[in-house]
Amino acid sequence: MAQPQMRRAIECGVPDNKPFLHPKLAKNYGNWKYHDRPRPGVLHHVSHDGDEVWSVRAGTARQMDVWTIRQLCDIADKFAEGRVRFTIRSNIEFIVGDEKKVAPLIAELEKNGYPVGGTGNSVSMVAHTQGWLHCDIPGTDASGVVKSMMDELYEEFKHEEMPNRVRLSTSCCSINCGGQADLAVIVQYTKPPKINHDMVSMVCERPTVVARCPVAAIRPALVNGKPSLEVDERKCMCCGACYPPCPPMQINDPEFNRISIWVGGKNSNARSRPTFMKMVASDLPNNAPRWPEVNAVVKNILMTYKADGRPWERMADWIDRIGWPRFFEKTGLPFTKYLIDDWRGSRKSLNASTHIRF
Amino acid sequence: MAKPMHPTPNLDQLESGPWPSFVTGLKRLAKDHDNVVDLLGHLEHCYKTRSGHWKGGTVGVVGYGGGVIPRFTEIKNKDGSPTFPDAAEFHTLRIMPPAGMHYDTGTLRKFCDVWEKHGSGLIALHGQSGDIMLQGCSTENVQKAFDEINDLGFDMGGAGPAVRTSMSCVGAARCEQSCYDEAKAHQRVLNDFLDDMHRPALPYKFKFKFSGCPNDCMNSIQRSDMAVIGTWRDNIRTDEGLAKKWFAKHGMNELVNDVIGMCPTRAIQLKTAKDVGKAAGISSVAVNDSQCLEINNKDCVRCMHCINVMTGALAPGKDKGATILVGGKSQLKIGALMGIVTVPFMKLESDEDFDKLAELGRTILEFFADNALEHERTGEMVERIGVANFIEGIGLEIDPSMVITPRTNPYIRTDGWADEVAKINAKKAAAAA
Repeated sequence: MAQPQMRRAIECGVPDNKPFLHPKLAKNYGNWKYHDRPRPGVLHHVSHDGDEVWSVRAGTARQMDVWTIRQLCDIADKFAEGRVRFTIRSNIEFIVGDEKKVAPLIAELEKNGYPVGGTGNSVSMVAHTQGWLHCDIPGTDASGVVKSMMDELYEEFKHEEMPNRVRLSTSCCSINCGGQADLAVIVQYTKPPKINHDMVSMVCERPTVVARCPVAAIRPALVNGKPSLEVDERKCMCCGACYPPCPPMQINDPEFNRISIWVGGKNSNARSRPTFMKMVASDLPNNAPRWPEVNAVVKNILMTYKADGRPWERMADWIDRIGWPRFFEKTGLPFTKYLIDDWRGSRKSLNASTHIRF
Repeated sequence: MAKPMHPTPNLDQLESGPWPSFVTGLKRLAKDHDNVVDLLGHLEHCYKTRSGHWKGGTVGVVGYGGGVIPRFTEIKNKDGSPTFPDAAEFHTLRIMPPAGMHYDTGTLRKFCDVWEKHGSGLIALHGQSGDIMLQGCSTENVQKAFDEINDLGFDMGGAGPAVRTSMSCVGAARCEQSCYDEAKAHQRVLNDFLDDMHRPALPYKFKFKFSGCPNDCMNSIQRSDMAVIGTWRDNIRTDEGLAKKWFAKHGMNELVNDVIGMCPTRAIQLKTAKDVGKAAGISSVAVNDSQCLEINNKDCVRCMHCINVMTGALAPGKDKGATILVGGKSQLKIGALMGIVTVPFMKLESDEDFDKLAELGRTILEFFADNALEHERTGEMVERIGVANFIEGIGLEIDPSMVITPRTNPYIRTDGWADEVAKINAKKAAAAA
């Protein structure tokens, strides 16, 4: 039988974005002068030629069905010249050139369940990953954690009442695909991998797995007469790095996958240099479907920051001013020995001074 | 009409509450997609067992070695058959978006039509690397779906040890802080690396990201191997009308506490109008009839804070370009790393400037391909071989902007010092000639 002729891919790469730009964005490309925010969820940009656009930002579930996307397209056709754009945090933006369209557009979005907000000093949508929905190594879900968090933070998305912008992320394992954020929710494994010795030699390239371990805790071994791997559990710090290249080294566990909270990551160069986030809580249960214990800690930290932060202080700036002892005091979170860093470069995180706030 | 739904008591609890629910979306799709009926069954099982149940594999399209994320269910009946057969294969296609993630509704609707026909109808906008993620496709339909998407003018993104899909901020299209044409850089650079993207053969992943100013809205410093962050060399621009308008609204307390007091290098001072400096590196703007802000641009580190607070009243200068930082990555394996300054400033205006940016990317990528160990990211490689060796290896000049402080320990053999000084002096002399 003749093979069917296969279509060759047209290797066209990144498409030109010019045809997709709202006409006023295309016209004023590179010529914007300033912006302000007439209300939460709306950015008003003015060009050097006096042209104006209003961008209305709304939250989405990120994982969207075609019905939702078509509904958002209908709204864009009605109000925004058939153009939309998405932000890095999966918010959708409608750009309108006529101020009179802003209020009806907001009404239409809210009527259909899309919260308008996420601008300026609000809590924006959570940057997140795939989780149980689609990842092959997840310690928890992502979309579900995010849905339960954003339900709690809904009013903070719709209002601009935080000291500065708040960026959140969640990650379903220590790889941290969700990324650095003012506050991040990340799975923390607490037990070494459980090894299925019958499978290792069939599934895993053993030298690769040995090389993957950050603390050299894995070594080749003969177990029950079969070539396998063993883990020195005194060295293992339960990062899960061996699991992706070797699925028989199961790191996930319904009970021992715990959840940690990290704060103070910032990628912007504004004021201080960019910072990495720091672990401030751990051992929270992976309590699907709504993770109430995690959300209680998240909300506690955010509300403490909201009450105590000064205008323009990001989470990291706020803690830098008040100091870590007071962060733990104000949030009531326990400062355990596990929060003292002992990884490479960790001396930089120790207080080599008498700078202490009493 | 699809087959009957599986009971989903856990997922049902994610339909309440005000935030848009992905479960409601999935249930809507399940009305006429058997694969989503079974996906909901699969996901409910994950919630019940608090465990993930997908495994990877190898699925692709003709001519490409990556871009499809294969998923096969591991939830099996006693006889080995899949418990949720219509979601037994549920692959994702990663598709590269246009720079800045702008779309017209016609294109989005076509995506919906293709994905409803060949896939589940579930689309993530967007993944953490910036891909349009078409989620939920059988092995058989992957090629058909890609062919139609490809005919719309869209191409597959990256996966595995390859150049990955990139992201750029809204930038020049709608932002007054933009310091270069982000979309042009994004498209120009990435489209030079399509072979490295579609045929994975690198030690590990390699990411480019493009942010138009030091606010770095794309998080390029922490998330990319090569971050292109817009900046400027000349003075901050000022606009007296907007400065006075800002001051009238916000007053002296906010000017002092939120603008002057928060400058990280104390480059801003409040001055009586007659005392404002006239030197070349000084920007100044009146906020009322007697007082001015004075910025010493030689002390300014281009952090963006005052410009963010007083947008338009203060603005990036005109001599614009970008700082290039190399080596950002997340935790595995040595801990998170940020990109470090590799080129303090390069102009990004002419086509030749953009060509040079792509060439720099090529040089760094090739050095990475030649020198990184398997599964080692650029940042880890630089950490292992040393920054000075890396900079020398890619043929660039070292610069004091690359460090926060010079060395604090004596543990270095320095018997080549005089030669290095001679080289620096020779270069200075050549530049002066």
